[in-house]
Amino acid sequence: MRITCPNCGERDRREFYYQGDAVALSRPAPDAGLEAWDDYLHNRENPAGDTRDLWFHEAGCGAWVVVTRNTATHAVLDTALAERSPR
Amino acid sequence: MGYSGFRVIKEGLFGQKGWKPVWRDPAPKAAYDAVIIGGGGHGLSTAFYLAKEHGMTNIAVLEKGYIGGGNVGRNTTIVRANYFLPGNSEFYSHSLKMWETLEQELNYNVMHSQRGLINLFHSDSQRDAFARRGNAMINQGDDAILLDQDGVREYLPYLDFDNVRFPIYGGLYHPRGGTARHDAVAWGYARGADLRGVDIIQNCEVTGIDIEGGVVKGVQTTRGAIRAKKVGIVVAGRSSQVAAMAGMRLPIESHVLQAFVTEGLKPVIDHVVSFGMGHFYISQSDKGGLVFGGDIDFYASYAARGNLPMKEHVMDAAMTLMPMIGKAKVLRSWGGIMDMTPDGSPIIDKTPTEGLFIDCGWCYGGFKAVPGSGFSFAHLMATGQHHAPAAKFRLDRFRTGAGLMDEEGTGSQHNLH
Amino acid sequence: MRLQAPEHTVDFTFDGRRIKGVLGEPVAAALLANGIKLVARSFKYHRPRGVMSAGSEEQNALVTLGRGAQAEPNVRATTLEVAAGLEVWSQNAWPSLRYDVMAVNDFVAPFLAAGFYYKTFMWPRSFWEKLYEPVIRRAAGLGALSGENNAETYEKAFAFCDVLVIGAGPAGLMAALTAARAGADVILADEDTAMGGRLLREHEQIDSRPAREWVAEVLAELDAMPNVRLMTRTTVTGAYDQGTYGALERVAGPRMPDKPVACFWRIVAKRAILCAGALERPIAFPNNDRPGIMIASAVRSYVNRWGVVPGKAVAVFGNNDDVYRTARDLVVAGVKVVAVIDSRDGEAVVTGNRDDVTLGGDYPVYMGAQVIGTKGRHALQSITIRHKGGTRTIKADCLAVSGGWNPTVHLTCHMNGRPTWNEEIASFVPTPDSVPGLVTAGACNGTFSTAGCLSEAAEVAAQVAGGLGLKPKVTVPAADDAAYSVTPLWAVPGKGRKWIDFQNDVHVKDIKLAAQENFRSVEHMKRYTTQGMAPDQGKSSNVVALAVLADATGRGIPETGTTTFRPPYVPVPIAAMGAGGQGKGFAPQRFTTSHQASVARGAPMIEAGLWYRPSYFPQRGETDWRASCDREVGYVRNAVGVCDVSTLGKIDIQGPDASALLDFVYTNKFSTLKVGRVRYGLMLREDGHVMDDGTTARLGETHFVMTTTTAAASQMMRHLAFVLQVLRPDLDATVISATEQWAQFAVAGPQARTLLNTVLDQEIDDKSWPFMACGAVRVGGVAGRLFRISFSGEHAYEIAVPARYGESLFRILVAQAEVLGGGPYGMEALNVLRIEKGFITHAEMHGRTTAYDLGMERMVSAQKDCIGKTAAARPGLLGAERQQLVGLRAKGSDHALTTGAHLFERAAAETRENSQGYVTSVCFSPTFGTYLALGFLENGRARHGEVIKLRDHLRGISEEVTVCDPVFFDPTGGRARG
Repeated sequence: MRITCPNCGERDRREFYYQGDAVALSRPAPDAGLEAWDDYLHNRENPAGDTRDLWFHEAGCGAWVVVTRNTATHAVLDTALAERSPR
Repeated sequence: MGYSGFRVIKEGLFGQKGWKPVWRDPAPKAAYDAVIIGGGGHGLSTAFYLAKEHGMTNIAVLEKGYIGGGNVGRNTTIVRANYFLPGNSEFYSHSLKMWETLEQELNYNVMHSQRGLINLFHSDSQRDAFARRGNAMINQGDDAILLDQDGVREYLPYLDFDNVRFPIYGGLYHPRGGTARHDAVAWGYARGADLRGVDIIQNCEVTGIDIEGGVVKGVQTTRGAIRAKKVGIVVAGRSSQVAAMAGMRLPIESHVLQAFVTEGLKPVIDHVVSFGMGHFYISQSDKGGLVFGGDIDFYASYAARGNLPMKEHVMDAAMTLMPMIGKAKVLRSWGGIMDMTPDGSPIIDKTPTEGLFIDCGWCYGGFKAVPGSGFSFAHLMATGQHHAPAAKFRLDRFRTGAGLMDEEGTGSQHNLH
Repeated sequence: MRLQAPEHTVDFTFDGRRIKGVLGEPVAAALLANGIKLVARSFKYHRPRGVMSAGSEEQNALVTLGRGAQAEPNVRATTLEVAAGLEVWSQNAWPSLRYDVMAVNDFVAPFLAAGFYYKTFMWPRSFWEKLYEPVIRRAAGLGALSGENNAETYEKAFAFCDVLVIGAGPAGLMAALTAARAGADVILADEDTAMGGRLLREHEQIDSRPAREWVAEVLAELDAMPNVRLMTRTTVTGAYDQGTYGALERVAGPRMPDKPVACFWRIVAKRAILCAGALERPIAFPNNDRPGIMIASAVRSYVNRWGVVPGKAVAVFGNNDDVYRTARDLVVAGVKVVAVIDSRDGEAVVTGNRDDVTLGGDYPVYMGAQVIGTKGRHALQSITIRHKGGTRTIKADCLAVSGGWNPTVHLTCHMNGRPTWNEEIASFVPTPDSVPGLVTAGACNGTFSTAGCLSEAAEVAAQVAGGLGLKPKVTVPAADDAAYSVTPLWAVPGKGRKWIDFQNDVHVKDIKLAAQENFRSVEHMKRYTTQGMAPDQGKSSNVVALAVLADATGRGIPETGTTTFRPPYVPVPIAAMGAGGQGKGFAPQRFTTSHQASVARGAPMIEAGLWYRPSYFPQRGETDWRASCDREVGYVRNAVGVCDVSTLGKIDIQGPDASALLDFVYTNKFSTLKVGRVRYGLMLREDGHVMDDGTTARLGETHFVMTTTTAAASQMMRHLAFVLQVLRPDLDATVISATEQWAQFAVAGPQARTLLNTVLDQEIDDKSWPFMACGAVRVGGVAGRLFRISFSGEHAYEIAVPARYGESLFRILVAQAEVLGGGPYGMEALNVLRIEKGFITHAEMHGRTTAYDLGMERMVSAQKDCIGKTAAARPGLLGAERQQLVGLRAKGSDHALTTGAHLFERAAAETRENSQGYVTSVCFSPTFGTYLALGFLENGRARHGEVIKLRDHLRGISEEVTVCDPVFFDPTGGRARG
C-alpha cells in the first residue's frame, strides 16, 4: 500500500502510523455532553466505501495527513495536511 | 441419523449413499418467531441454542452468502480462556467449558484439541502482567501455570533461546487452551439447528429492518420480506451496515486481520504458542500446516485481504522466535474483517428498538467465543434477560465509562486492541 | 532416457542412490532420464506418484532437499536445479518409498471418504487428544522440518519501475520489448531459469526462424538496455495495493552457491503487464495418478527442452488439438507413440504441422475415445481405452494427458477480483481492472496462439507506455497462429477413483459426496473435501473440480462460481519473507552512551523497549542480584548513586504558544511555571485514562523540555504532533525529539550536591539550585543542563550534556561517587527506590487507570480544558468501587510478596467475584527490611490500616499484608528538598 504524503510524495505504507477516523478533526466542546463525547470517542460511521482517516507520517516528515480512501478497495483518493483541513 | 464410527464403516461398505444433507436449503417462510441475521459461527450457534435451550424452533438464520463464510472460516482456530478482566473472565471460561462437550452436544467432530497454549513473555514487566492474568484465570476456576525459561524449554525446545533479540523469560501455560477445526464448528451448529427445525437460508441478504413505533417487525431481504417478532444481528464484519438499517451507529471500526498457513509438514509444533514482543501466534493443524497470524493491518478495511508490511512483520517475528520454521513455505494468506471496539471487548445487548438484539464487536477473538456467544445471545433473545456470563458486554459502557474491559490497556483507539 | 548423451554430468543422490544429471536441469528431468518413475507418496492414501508437470505447479513430485538441520521439505523436483552433491530424498513414506506402510490407507479408502473425520472419533471424549489426534497428525503432513534453527541466509529488497512484466514467454518478451523500446523502466520477471516461456519447449517459428532464436535476440536487446532489469528464477507471488507486488527470487543454487538462498522482493510498479501464460490441466479418469501419467506439455518440455524421454511407449490422451502437437514432437524425437486418444468426435485434426514430419500413419488415432483405466503400481504399464469399437488395453509406460488450458489468472484474483468464464476455451479468463494498474496479455488472457500472444502483448504494452506519457512504436513479428479447439472432458464416466486434486487425494466421488451432503457452494465443497487446499492451491485441479461440482448439482459452471486464489502464487519460505528477522535483527537495538562502561563493570544489560539498560552492577562477593541491588539502594539513601536516565524521552518544545500547548496536554498547569523551574505533569488520553507522566522544565519564556517515560517517548512525539496539527492548529509551537542528543544522568543521595560540585565549573548551593530548579551549567567547559528532580525521594539532580560527552561524564560521575561512598546503580535499585517513595511507572499507568484511581485527581486543573478531562469525568470512572492505588506492607522480611498477586479480604474465598485488586509492583526494601508493594484495591484509599490477603496461586504465595499509603518513605518529602 502506498500513500502520498502532501509534503514528501508517494511513500510506502510502513512509513505511516494509522490513527482512525478523521472525526478527531472535530473535537467537541468540553460541555458538549456525554452523547457528543461518546460519538467523538467511540461511535463510527465505519463505511464500507469512501472514508476519511488520519495517518501520521512518522518515519518521514512528521505530518498528520487526512487520507480519503475507499475501505472496500483500498484506493487512495486524496491526501491533505490535517493542519489545513476543514474542521 | 446420528454420526458414529459404526455409521462411517457402514456407509463405506455401501458407497456412502446414505448420507443426507447436513442441513436443508428451505425457502424462506413469510414469518418466523425470530430471525437471526448472519449465518456465521455466532449466528448458527445462537439459532442452535434458541432451539435447544429455549424451544424456539420457528426461527430462521439468514445468510447473504454461504454459511460459515465469514470469520468462523478464516481464523487461526485458537480456543482459550485466558482473559483477566471481570466480564471477559467469566464469559470465556463458560465458553471453554462448552467447547469441552461440544462434539457430544452436536454429534459432530469439531476436533477441539486441548493441546495447551503458551504465551511467552520477554521482560519482568510482562511476567508481572501475565502473573496477574494467570491468577485471574485461577480465581475464575480455569487453569494457568507460570513457566520460567527452563519450563518453556521443556515444552518448546525448538525456540531460539540464545540469540533472540528479546530473550524468553518464560511463559504462561494454559493447558486447556488449544484449537478446533473452524469450518466444522459452523457445519456442526448448522446441522444441529437444522435437525431441530431451524431454517438456514443461504444467499439471502438482509436489505432493511422493519421497525414500527420502536418495535421490530421483520426484515427485508433479497428473497422478500420476512416478518419476525424478534431479530438478532450477528454479522461480524458488517455490523455497522446492518445496525445502520435500524438507525444505530456502533462503537466499531472494521479492520482486516490476516492469517497464514504453510504447506503440510510432519508434526513439529504441538502447542499453541504466542510471542510477547511482536504479534505472532502459531499452531499446527491436524493436516500438518502451520497456521499462524499476527496483528490487524491497522487501517480500516472491508477488503478481507491485507498488505505486505504486516505479513513481513509476522514472518520476522516467526524468524526471531522460532527460526526452525524458516524453511516452511507459506502456502496461502487471507484476511477477515474484524469488528474492532474501543475497549477490545464484545457487545451482546438489546438495542433501543424493542425486539432487536445485537451480538458484535468480537475484535479478533470471536472464534473461541462461538459456543458461549450463541448460548448467551440466545438467552437474551429468548428471555429478555442478560445471561450472567455475558452480562457485562453492554453497549452503554463506552458512554458511561463503567465496566470497560480494556485488556490491552490501549484505550479508545479501535485499531489498537 | 536421454535423447543424446550429455557432454558433462554431475552426480547427485535420490534416496541415497547416485544419479547422473546435467547441471541446472530440473531434478525431475534427471530422475526421468534415469528411468525413475516413482518419486513420491500422496498425502492421504500414500499412493505411489511420479513426476506430473514441468513447473512450479507440480502436484506429486515433492521432495526433501538435504538432510539434517538444514533439510528443506516440500521442494518441487520440477523446479529444483541439479547441482553436484545435491541430496534429494523422497518424503511421506516409511520405511521406504517403494514399501510404504501407510499405503494401507489406500486399502481402507472406502471408510476415509471426504469429511469422514467429522462423523467419528467423538467417543470417548478424552481419546481425541490422547489417541485419535496424534495418529491423524502423524499420518498427515508431507515433508518434515528438522526442528533446528535456520542457518542459511535470506534477503529482502525493494525495487521500483515503470512497468513490471510478469512472465517472459512470447507475450512477456514482446510486452517488455515494446515498453522498453518506448523508454519505460522495465522489470521483466520470470520464474523459470531461462526466459522464453513455452517457446523453450515448442517447435515454433517467429519471424521465419525457430522461435528460440527470436527469444535469444530479444533477450540480448533487453539485456543491453539500461532501463531494463531481467529477473529469472523470480516468481511474482502477490499483487497488493497501489502497484506493490511481492516476488520471490531463488538466488543460490548451482550458479551462485555462496549467495542467499532466496530474496523476497517488494516491487513497486506504476503499471504491470501480466503475461503469466497458462497451465495445462489433467483429466479425471480412473487411476489417472500412476507414475508415468503426465501432463502433455510437460512431456514436450522434457523431450524438447531437456532432451529427456519420459517413456519408451507413450500414449497421448486429450480433448484438444495439443494431443497432435505432443504426438508429433515425440515422433520427431524418435519416441514411440503407441496411441493418440482424442476424446472429441470427428476426424483427427492435425495442426501445427511441420514440413519434415509425416503424421497420421505412425500411430493409431482413436477418435471419440477415452482412457477408462490404467495399470502398474509403481509405474504405468498399460492403459485401457474405450473407443467406438469397444475397449482395448494398450501397453504404455507413459501417458501424456491434455485436458485443455487454464489461463494463469491468479494474480488478478489477489485483490478480490473474480475471473470470468469463457465458454470458448472452457476456462476462466481475467476480469479486466481486477488489479488497478495491471493489464493482461497472451495465454493468461485466453489468447493461446503465438501470433496472438505477440500482437496482443505489443498492443497492451503500447497502451501502457502511452499511459505513462511515452511514445511507443509497435512492430510485431510474424508467428505461428494455430487455432485452439477444445471440447471439454472433465471426468471420464464410469467406475473407479478419478483423481482431481492429486496433492490432497481428492477424487470425483468426494466432490459428489460433498454435493450430496449439501456442500454445494464451491467454498463449502473446497473446505469439506480439501480440494484445492494443498500446496499447489488447486492450480491444475480447481477448474476440473468446479466442473464436476457443477455437474453433480445440475448447474452450469458460471453459476457454480469460482474459487478464490490467494497470495502467494507459489509457496514462499517464511525465512524469505521474514529475512532479517532472525536473531537480533527483529528490532533495532538502542544503546546509551554509558553502555560500554556498564558492560565493563559486569552489569547485566536488560531490554527496556528498544534500549538496553543495566540491571545492577555486581561486585565481588555478591552472590545474587539482591545483594547488589540492596547495596545500590544504600548508595542513594546514604551517600550518592549515579544512574543513566538518557533513555527517557526528551522533547524540546518552543514557540509563543508552548505553554498553552502544555496546558492542553497536561492535566495540570504549566503556563504558571516560572522560567528556571521544573514541574511534574500528568497526561491523559482523550478517553480519560492516564497516558504518561514526567517532568517538564521551563528553560525560557517560550522554551520547555519535556521528559517522558522511556516506553512512551515516540508515542508522546506523535501525540504532541497530533495536538498541534489536528486538535489545535491555532497554537504556534514546534516540538522535536532530543532524546538522542542529550546524555542524562541521575545523581541522587545526600552527597549528590557534593559530587556535582566536583564536576561543575561553577559550584551550586541550595539557594542557586533549590528543589525543582533547572538551568544551564558548564561541566569541564561543556555546556550542559542541570535539573534538581528526584525519582528516589532523595536530594537528587539530573545532569545532561550533549551525547558525545556522555560516556566521559558517566565515568567521572561514577568515580567521584565512589570517592564519596557511593557508585552506579541500575534498574533494580531504581525500582526499589521509586517503590519506597510510591512513585508510579507504567506498571501502575497500565492504560486502565485514571488520575482518580492513582489519587492524583487534584492534579486535574479545574481552571482549564485538557485532553481527557471531559471523558475522565464520566460517571463510571469515579466512585468508591474503583480500584485505587495503595501501598501494601508485608509482615516481615521473610514474607515475600509477588507482582501479579490478587487481593482479597482476609477470610474471603479466592474467586473472581471476591478479587478486590492486584499487585503492580513489589520490592524488597532494604530501607525498611521488608517487602513492599504497590497495587490497586477497591476503595483502597479508605482502607489504610486494614489487613488483607495477598494471593498468588501461580507461585503458591498467600500473605497477609497491611494496606497503607503508597508513599512508604519520607512522606513529607523533606529529604528531596533538603
